[in-house]
Amino acid sequence: MSDKPVNHARAAEHFIEDTPHLQFHDERLWDMRQKRDAQMHILPEWQELREEASRIKEHTLSRLPEYLEQFEANAKKNGIHVHWARDGAEHNRIVGEILKAHNARNLIKSKSMVTEECDMRPYLAKQGVTVTETDLGERIQQLDDQLPSHIVVPAVHKLTADVAKIFAKDYHTDPDIRDPHLLAEAQRQAARPVILHADAGMTGGNFVVAETGTFVVCTNEGNADLSATVPNLHIATIGIERLVPRMADMGVFIRLLSRSALGSPITQYTTHFRGPQKGGEMHVVLVDNGRSARLGMEDFWTSLKCIRCGACMNTCPVYRRSGGLSYGAVYSGPIGAIIDPTFNERKYSTLPYASTLNGSCTNVCPVKINIHEQLYKWRRVLVQHHEMPFVKREIMHMAGKLMGQPKMYRAAIKATEVSLSTMPRFVLYNWLNPWGKHRENPHPVKQTFNDWYRKNRETAAKPAAAPETKK
Amino acid sequence: MPCATFRANRAEDEYPLMKIGLFIPCYIDAFYPDAGIATLELLEKLGQDVEYPLDQTCCGQPMGNSGCNSDAAAAEALFVRNFAKYDKIVMPSGSCTHHVRDNFDAIPQTDEVRHVRENTYELVEFLHDILKVDAFPWAEFNHTVGLHNSCGTLRALRTASMSELGEKPFSKPMDLLSKVKGIRFVTPKRPDECCGFGGTFSVTEEAVSAKMGVDKVRDHHQAGAEYIVSADSSCIMHQQGCAERAGVPIRFIHIAQILNGASQ
Repeated sequence: MSDKPVNHARAAEHFIEDTPHLQFHDERLWDMRQKRDAQMHILPEWQELREEASRIKEHTLSRLPEYLEQFEANAKKNGIHVHWARDGAEHNRIVGEILKAHNARNLIKSKSMVTEECDMRPYLAKQGVTVTETDLGERIQQLDDQLPSHIVVPAVHKLTADVAKIFAKDYHTDPDIRDPHLLAEAQRQAARPVILHADAGMTGGNFVVAETGTFVVCTNEGNADLSATVPNLHIATIGIERLVPRMADMGVFIRLLSRSALGSPITQYTTHFRGPQKGGEMHVVLVDNGRSARLGMEDFWTSLKCIRCGACMNTCPVYRRSGGLSYGAVYSGPIGAIIDPTFNERKYSTLPYASTLNGSCTNVCPVKINIHEQLYKWRRVLVQHHEMPFVKREIMHMAGKLMGQPKMYRAAIKATEVSLSTMPRFVLYNWLNPWGKHRENPHPVKQTFNDWYRKNRETAAKPAAAPETKK
Repeated sequence: MPCATFRANRAEDEYPLMKIGLFIPCYIDAFYPDAGIATLELLEKLGQDVEYPLDQTCCGQPMGNSGCNSDAAAAEALFVRNFAKYDKIVMPSGSCTHHVRDNFDAIPQTDEVRHVRENTYELVEFLHDILKVDAFPWAEFNHTVGLHNSCGTLRALRTASMSELGEKPFSKPMDLLSKVKGIRFVTPKRPDECCGFGGTFSVTEEAVSAKMGVDKVRDHHQAGAEYIVSADSSCIMHQQGCAERAGVPIRFIHIAQILNGASQ
C-alpha cells in the first residue's frame, strides 16, 4: 500500500465540478438526516437511548477479552466454529482455508466493511473463488471496481444513469434505462441464479451477543439472509468491537441503528443467527486488525463504540459535498477520518483536516462518540508525528511567532490593508490565493479597530500588563 | 476609562458593573472594525467599564485548530498578560471564545490562565446571561434578517438549541434580536448547517469551503433575507466573499451592530 497522503481536497474539488451528481448526493444524504431527525422527535427517550448505548459499549470495550471469551464458549455450545484473526491477512487465510476444505468456488456475500478492510475479494479471486456481492449498492460498487463510498448506502454517489451504464456492460441491459425499478429487477434476475448455485455464503455482523453466543445481522434487502441460508456453509466476518454483553442490550441498539442510519424505525430484516442450519456449518471469524491497538489509545479508543450507522456521514456538510471516495479509504466521512489514521498515519494524515470541526457528527452519533473532538486531537497527534506538510507547518510556526509580538503584528496588518487596497485584481486573485478562487477577498478598511481606538479612546488606552518578550 | 461623553445617557444603574477587557479578534480588527466599535459602544451604553488593551493580537485559535498547538503558546501567553487583570473578558466572536474556554492549553495552566479562561465570554452570552439585558431602546432595524449561528456559538458555546439533539428550542441571539424594533426574521432550510469557513479549512479545502459558503448564502437569500446577521465575523467574511463572487444579493451585519442601533 502506498503511503502517499490522500489528496482529499483535490478529489473533492473534482467531485464538486459535477453539479448533477453533487446536488443529488447532498440532497439524498440531507434527506436521510432529516428522516433521522423525524424519528428522533417521535421518541422522547432518544437522548437516554444514546446515553445507554454509549454506556453499554464503553463497558463492553473495557472488558473486551472477558466478553469475547464468553461469546466464544457460548457460540461453540451452539455449534458455531469460532476463529480469531489478528489482521487482514490472517482473516483472508482463514476464510480461504474454510472454503478450500469445502471445495467451495462460489461465494455470495452481503455487505461487510471488515472484508473491505481486509481486502478479501482480490485474495479469494487469486484462490479461484468467485465472490458475488448480493447487496445492490455493494454489487454496483463491485462491478465498477470501487470501494463503497458510504457504509450504509455504498453507491449513493451514483445516479441512475451511472448504474444503467454499469449494468449494461455486465448484465447486457439497456444502457438508457432510467427507471430504478427496472435496474433493481435486472440485478435480481442476475443475482438469483448465482445465489441458488452458491457453495458458501458470507455475512458481516452488526452485533455479537456474549451471553447467548449469537450474532445479529440487519439489512433492508434480505440479501444477508439469502447469503446465510441458501448455501450450507455460512461464514460471518465480524470486528471484535461489535460485542454486547446481553441479549437485552439489543433493545437499545436496534432502536437506534436504523433510525440513525436511514431514518426508518427498523431495518426490514433483523436476523439473529443462533447456530448452523440442519446439515450445515457456521463459522464466525473475529477480526482484530488494529482494534486492540486502538483500544489502547487514550484519546481515540471510544471510536470503537461505532455501530456503523453512517449518521455522521449524512449530516457532515463536507462529506455531502466531497463524496465518500474522496477520502481514499475504506471508511469515509467523519468516522473514517478518526479511524483511518490508525491504519496508516501518513496516508490518512490529511483526513482529520477534511472537516470544519462543526460538531454536527458528534450530535447525531447514536453511541455518543465525540467525533469532532477526536478530529481536533488527531491534528495535534499528526503534527507531533511530523505528518503535516512542511509549508503549512512553517506558516503556522511563523504565524504563532507573529501573534506573540504586537508591534510586528501591527505592521503586518498594515501591510495587508495596503496590499488589499492597492494591488491589481490579477495579483490578488490567482492560484497563489486559494481563498480568492471562488470567493472575493474581504474589503480593505480605512482604519483598523486598533487605529480607531487609539484615535477615539486614546486616553483610556494602557499598555499590556507586562513588557513584550523578545523573539 | 471611557471618555465622559460616552458615559452620558447610559443605563448604568440597571446592570452589574464590572471591569471588562475587550478582545477584538484579528479579522474584526483588520476587516470589520465597525463590528468592534459597535461592541465597545454597546457595552458602554449598558454602563460597563470597558478597556481595550492595545497590545493584543490573537487568541491562538488558528494554530490550535491546525494541530500546531505549541505554536499557539506565544499568542496565549500574550492574551493572558493582556487580560488577566479584568473581571470579565468579552469578545464579539464565538470561535475565539470557544478556543479560550475549551482549548487554550498551549501554556501552563496557572491561576491567572484559569481566571482568564473561566471569565471569557462571547458578546451574546455576556449580554444574555451576565448582564441579562432586557431592552435595547436605541435599536431599530427595519429589515428582514436570517440568523447565522456559527458552529462555535451553536455547538461549542451552546447559545442556541441544536437541531440534531431535538432540544426544546431556545436561542440567546434571537432573544436579544427580538428586542430590536422593526426587525423581521426568516429561517433558511438548513439553519444549523456549517457555512464552511473552518479557519485554515477555508484555504486548504478551498473548493468544499466555497461550495458550502455559496449554498449557505443562497439558502438565506431564498428564505427572503436581506441581511445575514451573525455573532461571528469570520463566518461573515467567508460568506460575504462567496456571495459577492456568486452574485447573490444579500448583505451582512454583525449582531453587535444591530443591537447597538445600526439602521443598515
